[in-house]
Parts: sequence; structure tokens; C-alpha cells
Amino acid sequence: MTYAFFNATFFDQAVLGITPILLAAMAGTLSERVGLFNIALEGQMLVGAFAAVAGSHFGGSLQAGVLSAVAAAVVFSSLLAVGSALLRGNDIVIGISLNLLAAGLTSFLLRTLFGVSGTFSDSAMLGLPRLSIPGVASLPLLGSALGHQNFLVYFSWILVAAITVFLNRTPWGLRLRGIGEQPAAAVALGADATRYRFLVTLLGGALCGLAGLQLSLGSLTLFSENMTAGRGWIAVAAVMLGRARPLAVAASCVLFGLSDALGLRLQGEGLPNQITDSAPYVVTLAALVIAGLRQRRLTGAVT
Amino acid sequence: MRIAAGVRSHLSRRVAPLLPIVGAVAVGFGVCGLIALWVGLSPSLMFRQLLQGAVEGPQLFETVARAVPLVGMTLAAAIPLRAGIVNLGADGQLALGGCAAAIVALYFPAPDLVRLGMALAAAMVVGACYAALAAAGEILAGVPLLLSTWLLTYPAKGLCGYLVRTPLRDPSTAWPSTARIAVGARLGHLIPGTPVNQGFLLIALVAIAVIFLDRHSSMGFELRLRGLNERFARYGGVALNRQTLGVMIASGAIAGLVGAIMVLGSQFRYTDGALTAPQYSWSGTLAALLAGGEPVGSVIAAVLFAALQTGGFAMERSVEIPRVLTMVLQSVIILFLAMRGAIWKRA
Repeated sequence: MTYAFFNATFFDQAVLGITPILLAAMAGTLSERVGLFNIALEGQMLVGAFAAVAGSHFGGSLQAGVLSAVAAAVVFSSLLAVGSALLRGNDIVIGISLNLLAAGLTSFLLRTLFGVSGTFSDSAMLGLPRLSIPGVASLPLLGSALGHQNFLVYFSWILVAAITVFLNRTPWGLRLRGIGEQPAAAVALGADATRYRFLVTLLGGALCGLAGLQLSLGSLTLFSENMTAGRGWIAVAAVMLGRARPLAVAASCVLFGLSDALGLRLQGEGLPNQITDSAPYVVTLAALVIAGLRQRRLTGAVT
Repeated sequence: MRIAAGVRSHLSRRVAPLLPIVGAVAVGFGVCGLIALWVGLSPSLMFRQLLQGAVEGPQLFETVARAVPLVGMTLAAAIPLRAGIVNLGADGQLALGGCAAAIVALYFPAPDLVRLGMALAAAMVVGACYAALAAAGEILAGVPLLLSTWLLTYPAKGLCGYLVRTPLRDPSTAWPSTARIAVGARLGHLIPGTPVNQGFLLIALVAIAVIFLDRHSSMGFELRLRGLNERFARYGGVALNRQTLGVMIASGAIAGLVGAIMVLGSQFRYTDGALTAPQYSWSGTLAALLAGGEPVGSVIAAVLFAALQTGGFAMERSVEIPRVLTMVLQSVIILFLAMRGAIWKRA
């Protein structure tokens, strides 16, 4: 095999890195469009990742893992829905406490349910199976990355298209955007803002649950404490960069996934992993700064 | 009669704002009791262990020792919070500060006492500069501090982790850590025979300064003004950008100082992850939120949370309930308060 810096493994890693961020970022996009600032993506993902492993371990099947990941994250997000959508509490404070609650709760349950701290893995546990798309999977270089992945990877991209159509081409999408942009006007026209915000938050919880599922059962089959490692926050950054337009948000997620894979690749070249692990965060920050500076130049904003 | 009524209304004005906090604390304990029941443990035994472990005999000094870094991290969170700004990057500032303190205390060629002073100063400068980076991002490019501070913690922790694994590594230990700092360049014991070190005095000084400036200086007034109503503060002539920068520098310097105190006062070397493992920035943020950024309340909340953490250790030892439950308790309290709209009404 000839040496290539950007090899098939690189693109495979990139797609694996993109998927959880993309799912969470779609949850964030919907929240943003309905006028809620959802910074609890990280915590919801972590709950989903834990529940996926717990469900698959105690339920004995992959289906149980998928179901419990989604169910647990939805239940967890209902705290946000009640606090933020229903009671109109401060979404930043609620988000911060939910993220910390998720970290504490999953660590606590890891110790009480599995009797371990740090990492739990179980060799009997099944990961999400990879499905090959005939024709695509056999392409050189990109074949495995694009055509030989688990269903969540394909689902995440279908979701981007579905949300684009939903927001821009359906009456519900129009109302949702209206509530986010001009709540008073939308309510005057008969849209129930609270109900929309409530349901969007729960749907976001389900998507974050899937994001967590991808993290713990997607390519590995384990749960480790704080395994989300800031991916929820990167998703928040992606929503900001893409200004809550699904396609642009997805493009930002691709950028972060590539930088994640680049970090891993550089580690393979012998760079210390403490440094290369920082790549996605540094790229995210750089992208935010560049986008911010451009925005300032275009609008000539003064502060 | 009128005096009695006056006293009553004065009392109710002072007490009424505390009621939601008391309610939230009660809910937090209730939820944790239920969790204990659910995993098959006795809640009453758990709470007794928690209390005894926090205040009984020598444990009280453990609580005081733990309160020193926690009060520091709480103030680091409270100062920005007072103006409605959130600094989620205290962990990175803490790690960089601790690492800088270790480097100076180990390698700076000067007499011991000078080296100690330089180490403390270096930690504060490094912490402040790193926090200022996030402030610059918001001022110059509009990158929200909430995001940038959090994201900046990862490279900071990564850099320190790299430094103590490769160039600064002490090969005589199994851990990724620096060499041991000489006795003369350490912060000594404050109360002999207890884990309380001279860092107590430094943090007490910082706390007094923060409380005084908050109440009696125009800086403190402008800070509170912004927290109450940012637009009003702007029209009132508060230079918001300069304030953001100043607030972040103060916050980062305190976080860096806490890192130095932990390294110079109790650990005597910088070990990868050892400063962030006790999750003081976690508890500090929650304690500051509990008090809405008001400094005296924040210090009180921090001491209570320190007692909770110390008690958590005792609880884990004696009844085998993981002490991370105390973290759950802290976040449930804040969650409940925020849901009731008792902290920071929606803008």
C-alpha cells in the first residue's frame, strides 16, 4: 500500500466524527429557530450515550440500547422543556446546570449500576452494524467513508435535508420560524408558541439521544465519563456559524469532523496526542473568529 | 406599631428573596434522598454521614482546606456573573495558572521566598491573559464568551498535559507530573497538623477585596448596573468592552491564583488533571449562580458546597454512596432555582 496522508481511514474517521455533532447541531438548529438558546446539547448527548450502553447491557439487544438512548434523552430534555419553554426560566442557567447534572448523574449511575468508575465496556455488547450501499462502498478512498457506515450516519444526512424542507416548505416550519423571529406576531396569528417550543425541545432531546448513541455504540462499544468531550458545545458553535440554516450548519459540522480526523491523523504521524486532541476546539474557535470578523466587516457593526 | 410594621417589612424584604433558595436546597436534598432510596440505601443514614463527615472533629479542617480553592473559583465565577457574563473556562485558567506556578517555583533562579512570590504572580498573569483572550474574541469578533471560554479549556488542559508528559516530566514518578517543588518555595501550613495552608490568607484577602470593591467602588456599581440592565448601563456611560476585558482579567487571575495555591500549598507539583479533578470550577459556578453573583452570598454558598464535598468523601467511605451524588445535589439546586425564574429572569 502506498503512503498517503489523507487515506481511507482519515475520511472514515471524519465521517464518524461528524455524525454525533451533526445530530446535536440539528437539535440546536431547530431550537434556535424557535427562539430558544439550547446549550444543554452536551448534557443530553451524554445521557443518551450512557442510556445506550445501559439499555444494550441490561436489555440484551441493540434495539433496547437505541430505545433507551432516545427515551432517556427525551426525558432529560423535558427538564429543559418545562424550565425553558413552559416556565420561561433563563435558558443559559438551566443549560449549564443540566450539563453538570448530566455529568454527575451518569458518573453516579456508572458507579452504582456497573460498579466501575471511568469506563465501562462489555464485550457481549453489540455496536451499530455497518450497512453497505452497493456501488458506493466499493469506491476508492471514499468508499468506506460514504457507503459503509451505520444507519445513524445515513440518517443524519437525510435529517439535514428533511429539516431544510420542513423549515422552508411546510406551514409548521413557517410557524416555527415565525415564533423564533417575531413571537408576538406569530401568536397573534394563532400559533401556540409554548407548544412549539416544548415539542422542539423534546425532539431535540431525541436527536441528542441518537448523537449519544453514535458516540457510545457507533464505532466503539463503551461508555466513559464525560465522553462527549465538548462535542455538544461544538454543535452549539456550528449552529452559530451556520446561523441556524441547516445546510450551512451541516457544512460547519463537516469542517469540525475533518479537523477531528486531522488531529487523529497527526497523532498517527507521531505528534503528542495532548496537542492533537485540541485540533477540533482550536479550529472551531478560529472559525468563529473568522466568521465574526467577516460579519463585522460586512455590516460595519460598531459596538 | 409603625415601628413593628417597619421591622416586619424590612425583615420580609431581607428574608423573602432567600425563600426560593431554601426551597431549592430542600428540593435538591429531596431528589438525592430519592436517588439513594432507589439504589437501595437509607437516605437518613446518608445525610447523617454527609453532615458528620463535613463538620465533625478534624473533618472541619478538611472542609476549611477545601473551601479555600472553592471560594476562589466561586469568586472567579461570581465577578463576571455580577455583570451577566459567564466564564465557563475557569478550568483552563486554573490548569495554566497551576502549571505556570510550578514552572516558576521549580526553575526560576532566585531565593526561595522571591520564587514563591514570582510563582504566585506568574499564575495570576497567565490565568488573566488566557481569560483576556476570550474577552478579546468577544470584543473584536463577537464570539460569545459562553462558547469561547468553554472551548478554550481543552487546548489549555492539553498544553499542560503535554508539558508535564514530555519536557517537564519527573521520571521518578509513575504519574505525568513535574518534579517536587522545594520546601522553601511552598506555601506553608497556616494551622499546624491540619491541611489548611497559607493560601487561606490569600483567598481571604481576595474575597475581602472583591466584596469591598463590589459595594464601595464605582467599578462595583457599574458591574451591578450592567447585571441588572445592560442597555441602561450602556446609556449610562459604562464602557462595556473595557468592563468585559477587566472582568475577565480579574476572573482569570483569581482562577490562576487558585491553581498556584493548589500546587504550592498542597500538591507541591503539577500533576496532569490533578487540579481539575476535584471539579472546583463546577461547584464554583453553581455556588456563584446560587447567590446570583453577589459576593458575600457566593462565599457563603461556596463554604456550604465545600462542606458538602468533604461530607461526600466521608459518605463514600462509610456507606459506599459515590460522592459524585453531591455534584448531582448541587446541580439540582441550581436547576430548580433557574426553572422557577429565581435566578436571572429571561432578558
